[in-house]
Amino acid sequence: MSVKLGVPSKGRLMEKTFEWFGERGITLSRTGSDREYAGAVEGIGNVELVLLSAGEIPRELAAGRIHLGVTGTDLIREKLGQWEQQVEELAELGFGHADLIIAVPACWVDVDTLDDLDAVAAAFRAKHGFRLRIATKYHRLVREFLRDQGVADYQLVDSQGATEGTVKNETAEAVADITSTGDTLRANHLKILSDGLMLKSQATLFRSRRTTGDESERRTVKELCRLLRVD
Amino acid sequence: MPERAMIRAEAARLRALFEAEGAQVVETSILQPAEVLLDLYGEDIRGRAYVTSDALRGEQMLRPDFTVPVVQMHMAYGAAPARYTYAGEVFRRQEDDADRANEYLQVGYEVFDREAPAAADAEVFSRIAGALNGLNLRAATGDIGILMAAVEGLQTSAARKAALRRHIWRPRRFRALIDRYSGRTPVPPSREALLAAGDPFAAGAPEIGLRSRAEIEARIATLREDAATPSLSVKEVGLLDAILSVRETLPYALEHLRDIAVDMPAISRAVERLAARMEALSARGVDVALLDFEASYGRSSMEYYDGFVFGFYAEARPDLPPVATGGRYDALTRVLGQGAAIPAVGGVLRPGLMLELGGGE
Repeated sequence: MSVKLGVPSKGRLMEKTFEWFGERGITLSRTGSDREYAGAVEGIGNVELVLLSAGEIPRELAAGRIHLGVTGTDLIREKLGQWEQQVEELAELGFGHADLIIAVPACWVDVDTLDDLDAVAAAFRAKHGFRLRIATKYHRLVREFLRDQGVADYQLVDSQGATEGTVKNETAEAVADITSTGDTLRANHLKILSDGLMLKSQATLFRSRRTTGDESERRTVKELCRLLRVD
Repeated sequence: MPERAMIRAEAARLRALFEAEGAQVVETSILQPAEVLLDLYGEDIRGRAYVTSDALRGEQMLRPDFTVPVVQMHMAYGAAPARYTYAGEVFRRQEDDADRANEYLQVGYEVFDREAPAAADAEVFSRIAGALNGLNLRAATGDIGILMAAVEGLQTSAARKAALRRHIWRPRRFRALIDRYSGRTPVPPSREALLAAGDPFAAGAPEIGLRSRAEIEARIATLREDAATPSLSVKEVGLLDAILSVRETLPYALEHLRDIAVDMPAISRAVERLAARMEALSARGVDVALLDFEASYGRSSMEYYDGFVFGFYAEARPDLPPVATGGRYDALTRVLGQGAAIPAVGGVLRPGLMLELGGGE
């Protein structure tokens, strides 16, 4: 059996990943037509490239269906309980930087900290009859963070895209999302809470701890790690 | 790990025991409407309970405990005084510890009684302790009512007391509030700047979202009032800390709390309730001289429990969760009954753990 390497299937994340491997003598490339998700690996034998959505890579690693995978730390921590026991972090790749933050409307001049958010949540619930809504796709990370911080009277509403627009559309009062420059937040009249940083994420190479694998597969993973200088 | 059939038989035995002691057997649905639980516990419940849904009824939760449905049932159909017992599965999401069961049997005993709360507390504790007899467990007890009384008695504004009351069960935020109200942590610079600003809205950010300008202005007014409220005195904070650090056997804890009550008379009634409970426990044959009492016990794990709280632990097995827990949850009945509170106290046992520890007959 060959060793499977999972890489994000499109966009900058894929290109940067290809570059990172290329700088270390492993050439990754897409094969076939533009629309076909097939790839090739040169510079080491017996390694197969699997192109996947970055959001599915955590699950595939946890299931042991891929041996190695590149995805964001945010996705690993959101999707895998006890993630350290399921995957090993081999190397941070130095791109795909993003912070998971909480942002509120810039016009909320009275809110700067989680303490403010908590107090506003209590008043909001009393006034509107429902709990203040925070739009996010990072349900687990946000819930755990707010529980640890002792913030109450909020609810999470699911938002898989265009999260920054939910406040203006009045489907949420605040958002919890990843941001790299904060430009999109500012453009949507939102500001980041000063103590609302939940996680600093970047593209990271992970190894699955779940692959059963035979001796030759283990040797190949070891050799690949040596070539990538992450052993 | 004992077999499922054995655990089920043990649960039936325990329920029959409580039934023989006068409790009425009740059943509740496994699927519970999510709305009620979300309303009570907020988003945190999603981390502890399994949520499922269909297009007709919306979100449902797999019963995370019996307390809520039993209280609802009692409030709809029951008449006090009433005693209930039940046995069945509860389901708990375990995302951080694969060794903790996500489905297990629970047997409960609940008392709804408007008279003699101390006697009802003692009754529940001694019935649970009786069922656990021979397992060599350590009992932990506490009383959240004392901390609540202390908060009510603070020399500070109603707004500050309400904020502290809201976070009684979130020790970390409670501590942060105390530190701020007492001046131990400085006012954040952003808050100072806001209160010093001539026109807080000068930056002219567009108004978006449901929270209106009037709500923002109201909060700024609240913050101004808060800034003008004198700090909690060092003495009061010291007394709160003294209460929270009480941890000894019950008779000594009671003496210690009576000493504190001299300087903080607001807790006197709560402390006398503790004294009455100690007598009632003693009258039921509990050796109170050996019973541990910890004033902060149950604060982080037993939301809405607002008086007597207890748990039974296998000290030789620190890996196991408590074998039994319980307490008084008048606050829960108040929220569920929208004002129509019923004094209630109860406890649950885990027959699976009891068998694992060598119990059963």
